[in-house]
Amino acid sequence: MQEELSVPARRKGNAGSWALIGAVVAVTVAAFGYVGGWLAPHRLTPEKLIDQFQHNAGTFAGYRRNHAKGVCVAGYFDSNGQALAYSTAQVFAPGRTPVVGRFAIPGSNPYAPDGSVPIRSMALRFAQPNGQQWRTGMNSMPVFPVATPQAFYAQLQAQQPDPATGKPDPAKVAAFFAAHPETAAFRAWAKTARPSASFATESYESLNAFVFVDAYGKRQPVRWRMLPQATDGGGGAGKAGDVDYLAADLAARLAHGPLRWQLQITLANPGDPTNDATKTWPSDRRTIDAGTLVIDATTPQQNGECRDINYDPLVLPAGIVASDDPLLPARSAAYADSYLRRTSEEAHLPGTAAAHTEKQP
Amino acid sequence: MTPATGTFTLPARVLHWLMALLIVAMLFIGVGMVESVSERHEWLLAIHKPLGIAILLLAIVRLAVRLRHPPPPLPADLPALQKLAALASHWLLYFLMLAMPLIGWAMLSAGGYPVMLGTSLRLPPIFPTSAVAFAVLRHLHEWFAMLLFLTFLAHMGAALYHGLIRRDGVLSSMVGRRST
Ligand code: HEM
Ligand code: HEM
Repeated sequence: MQEELSVPARRKGNAGSWALIGAVVAVTVAAFGYVGGWLAPHRLTPEKLIDQFQHNAGTFAGYRRNHAKGVCVAGYFDSNGQALAYSTAQVFAPGRTPVVGRFAIPGSNPYAPDGSVPIRSMALRFAQPNGQQWRTGMNSMPVFPVATPQAFYAQLQAQQPDPATGKPDPAKVAAFFAAHPETAAFRAWAKTARPSASFATESYESLNAFVFVDAYGKRQPVRWRMLPQATDGGGGAGKAGDVDYLAADLAARLAHGPLRWQLQITLANPGDPTNDATKTWPSDRRTIDAGTLVIDATTPQQNGECRDINYDPLVLPAGIVASDDPLLPARSAAYADSYLRRTSEEAHLPGTAAAHTEKQP
Repeated sequence: MTPATGTFTLPARVLHWLMALLIVAMLFIGVGMVESVSERHEWLLAIHKPLGIAILLLAIVRLAVRLRHPPPPLPADLPALQKLAALASHWLLYFLMLAMPLIGWAMLSAGGYPVMLGTSLRLPPIFPTSAVAFAVLRHLHEWFAMLLFLTFLAHMGAALYHGLIRRDGVLSSMVGRRST
């Protein structure tokens, strides 16, 4: 048929066809752009969260964008088998699982004084014999200040230093807390919390809820904590003028022998909130002792194995799954972006921040 | 002209349209998940990894089908430059549909992650643990994805151009009906 069409008729027909082709391509590009966030500028993205950490403290190439200051540790977990009734994870079978961990303090500056925050953190990677892993990052505080990634982002924005003073604007911080009453429990704790002199004496909390799955597929919401065996000298922060006492204290203690924590699993009752890290569960909830974490070695993070590990809380073995806590996917997504930035800096890829070799103030 | 020489074989056509759907879906899933901090990030990633490996397996089958059954020839009157563009873009698509899942798998291996396709199915690592290799592969995964998307756009535009403007039977050779 087409050969018989006159030239003008063909051109007219083609104009419509060209327009149709253009429209199909344009709609595809627009849909891609929308899904990819370029046409949705208000969506909270992992990049925005990580950029905000950098706005608040600066960019320290090669370092984690949060919990930047820390040390690597290694050891093992001796399971007593008691958690196996609730979770099929191999790590809970009686026996030993090797662990590579990291102690740190929150904040994006790897040179921050140890006494600048009252919080310490413990991150662990359990490597199961079947090749699956359990990664967890825990903080030494009873509750998290906020319940959602949006509130976390708003908090970071409120705390961004004012260029004029170099300090957060107290009015903005006050406005944030006023708009976020869920921070009350955390603030009440922070009022009396003192920076500990040691990583060894702290109790580390998962804060986020997870779900254990047993051999029959039964789901049990849980939280966990690492309870220290060492209880001495946890109070006052190191000697005056010493800003790096935590790593030194840890090395000194390990020179005398391994450090131990008991892994406690708290079982939620039906109805306990699993999606709100600002709320504790009632203290009468059943707690099981799953075994003992033994830490027997430490290395600086510059060359330790923990440096290149992303302690993504959603790297979980069969038998543990995420709860509906909205902080969990946000952590997973943000840690991935932080990990990509710091590994790109390690690789000296073009366009990444150059590594500082000297100590920054 | 007999249909056997005028159209792609049935397996080739089925693989083409199935994989077109899966690959385009993967591109949207990929860019959508990395721009999200909600639970969407998790469930999209849970689809992304097994679907990506499925695409790898299908691409291997498809390459074998392609090598055994050469496609019908392009119209004789098609300008040489357009023939070259068609040939080059088709091989680029084959390369990318194999490379993308392999890079995804290798980058997770290099990052020291267990490559989990479900809650308990784990693939072995195919690359030694290395942060530097992770960073390079992770960027490659993104750049190749963008290249794949652009190649797909050109491919779709060209197919519509053959079907609507040239009406030369190229589009129908993949749809399965010869119109000329
Ligand atoms: C949406 C909220 C949160 C965001 C955006 C966030 C962000 C980050 C980032 C970017 C890192 C560095 C990751 C890396 O490069 O490897 C980090 C580390 C860490 N975070 Fe969070 N975090 C959040 C909530 C939490 C919560 C609720 C906990 C509770 C326990 C927590 C505990 C930790 C720990 C322990 C580390 C250090 C891990 C290590 O030593 O490598 N974070 N966080
Ligand atoms: C045809 C196959 C595949 C396509 C088209 C594809 C496409 C994509 C795209 C477009 C992205 C987003 C890149 C960005 O904007 O940064 C992405 C990210 C990603 N892909 Fe793939 N992918 C494929 C296969 C795989 C496979 C087989 C795996 C793993 C087994 C994988 C793992 C990942 C991971 C882990 C991310 C990053 C997630 C994050 O950082 O939050 N991909 N992919």
